Amino acid sequence: MTSTVPLRPAQPHTIGFGNVRRSEFTKLRSVRSTYWTALVAALGAIAVGVLICIQWRNNVLAGKDSVDGLDAPLISLNGLYLAQVAFGTLGVLVISSEYGTGMIRATVAAVPQRRAVLAAKGIVFAASSLVLAEILSFSAFGIGQAILAPTHASVSITAPGALRATVGGGLYLTAVGLLGFGLGALIRHTAGALSAFFGVLFASTALVDLLPTSWRNDLIDYMPANSGSQILTTAANGSVLGPWSGLGVLCSYAAAAILAACVLVTRRDV
Amino acid sequence: MIRARGLTKSYGSVRAVDQLSFDVKPGVVTGFLGPNGAGKSTTMRMIIGLDRPSRGSVTVNGRAYGDIRRPLHEVGALLETGAVHGGRSAFHHLLCLAQSNGIATRRVGTVLDIVGLDGAARRRAGTFSLGMRQRLGLAAALLGDPPVLLCDEPINGLDPEGILWIRTLLRRLAAEGRTVFVSSHLMSEMAVTADRLIVVGRGRLIADASTQEIIDRSAVQSVTVRTPTPAKLRDLLLARGAVVDAGADGTLLVAGLDAACVGDLAADHGIRLRELSTRSASLEEAFLKLTQDSTDFRAGEVA
Repeated sequence: MTSTVPLRPAQPHTIGFGNVRRSEFTKLRSVRSTYWTALVAALGAIAVGVLICIQWRNNVLAGKDSVDGLDAPLISLNGLYLAQVAFGTLGVLVISSEYGTGMIRATVAAVPQRRAVLAAKGIVFAASSLVLAEILSFSAFGIGQAILAPTHASVSITAPGALRATVGGGLYLTAVGLLGFGLGALIRHTAGALSAFFGVLFASTALVDLLPTSWRNDLIDYMPANSGSQILTTAANGSVLGPWSGLGVLCSYAAAAILAACVLVTRRDV
Repeated sequence: MIRARGLTKSYGSVRAVDQLSFDVKPGVVTGFLGPNGAGKSTTMRMIIGLDRPSRGSVTVNGRAYGDIRRPLHEVGALLETGAVHGGRSAFHHLLCLAQSNGIATRRVGTVLDIVGLDGAARRRAGTFSLGMRQRLGLAAALLGDPPVLLCDEPINGLDPEGILWIRTLLRRLAAEGRTVFVSSHLMSEMAVTADRLIVVGRGRLIADASTQEIIDRSAVQSVTVRTPTPAKLRDLLLARGAVVDAGADGTLLVAGLDAACVGDLAADHGIRLRELSTRSASLEEAFLKLTQDSTDFRAGEVA
């Protein structure tokens, strides 16, 4: 007996990177963890910035602090140090949750080109993060400077370094998010990847701080959090790295993790 | 058409799949049968490129899975029910898979209808029962209307109604000319679902034939006979080469001769019979016999 096979003619197209990217964006926007981490990031960036700015303003107005050498943009961007935890966590989750739930098997069965999957996921995450991070960074700057205005220490976005620090704030958060993403893709377990993320971002600095002074001084500026946050400063702070070279160092940590994941992703079973 | 040649997967010194060669042909349901740990899932994972073979190869319609341009149009796979993010709705789960292969959004609604999940499209997959998750997995497998379908233990966790439904669906898909490859550790289920069987144990091929052939080949038949003079009949049966076990109140269990031979023998010697019946071994017994030597973890024999 022969029956008609619903075979379609050979498909002329490849999957197409655009399709994979669209798929990854659907994944990102269709789970609640995305919105929760975004909310935490927003609270961290804005609320902490507001609190720190209020405290500075009150201290200055009470004469307890001087405005000499005050890095006003940096003060208003202090909340980004809390928001970075949320960005890194989201970066870990967007990939580790696929392994944790088994979704990765459906993903890889649909798109066997695993590096394309990683690339699409990374690009979608980075682009979405950058939009949110810039909104948060500019909001934190604007609100913070408004609070500092009575001290006459506040600066406008056109002040030297202010725009760079604020745009850089968004870039910094995105780079930290990508560090989380790279570690998530490399380690594949949520708990392990989160531990590694916190270890790389925070514990590394603490450990280097314990080294003999000369070694410590050579290394401390190159730790991920220290180097990356150079982009937020508008006043010299003794680091050997400038704003952009500092951000570049942070980006190389993220790139190293992502590259290692790209190498391994085709070698491991999922 | 799925074609495996010398397919081998080793984990350290353990060979989960050992030199498997088989063809799965279109138009029929092919069962992939073996005890737990026989290497069925690993084989299926190698077919769709999740695991890399240590040696050998497997192709789908002549191509390695990784070379297929838009895999969902070629192969649909229902893997273990876990392959879903529990926080995502059924609709979005299917949508992201559809988008990755350029499949139109309306197809998502169609497959949800086919598997009967249209009412639960917006519910998060994590709230689904095992049966609903199986249906969702099947919906994902059907997204690209593929000519080849793989199902790993699809009836696990289904109620009788669900089992009947999936069996009917698989048979219908095969009747449409598709290649349908279904794994199970239940011979009785495969006997009513599959036209052909590929039987594996400890990663090795044990049998590859039609379901009926395998049942016939491995079925054990015995004859129960009851008579007031069991000792006399027993000697006659032994003389004819049968294997005879004595049961209670004059019952004899005879293997190696069919009921007709036993009845004729008794009549020829004027022996009265009170009961004469044939007992077929169950399919599970046949399956156990087939895979006896290859079961990985067997319960200790009771002395």
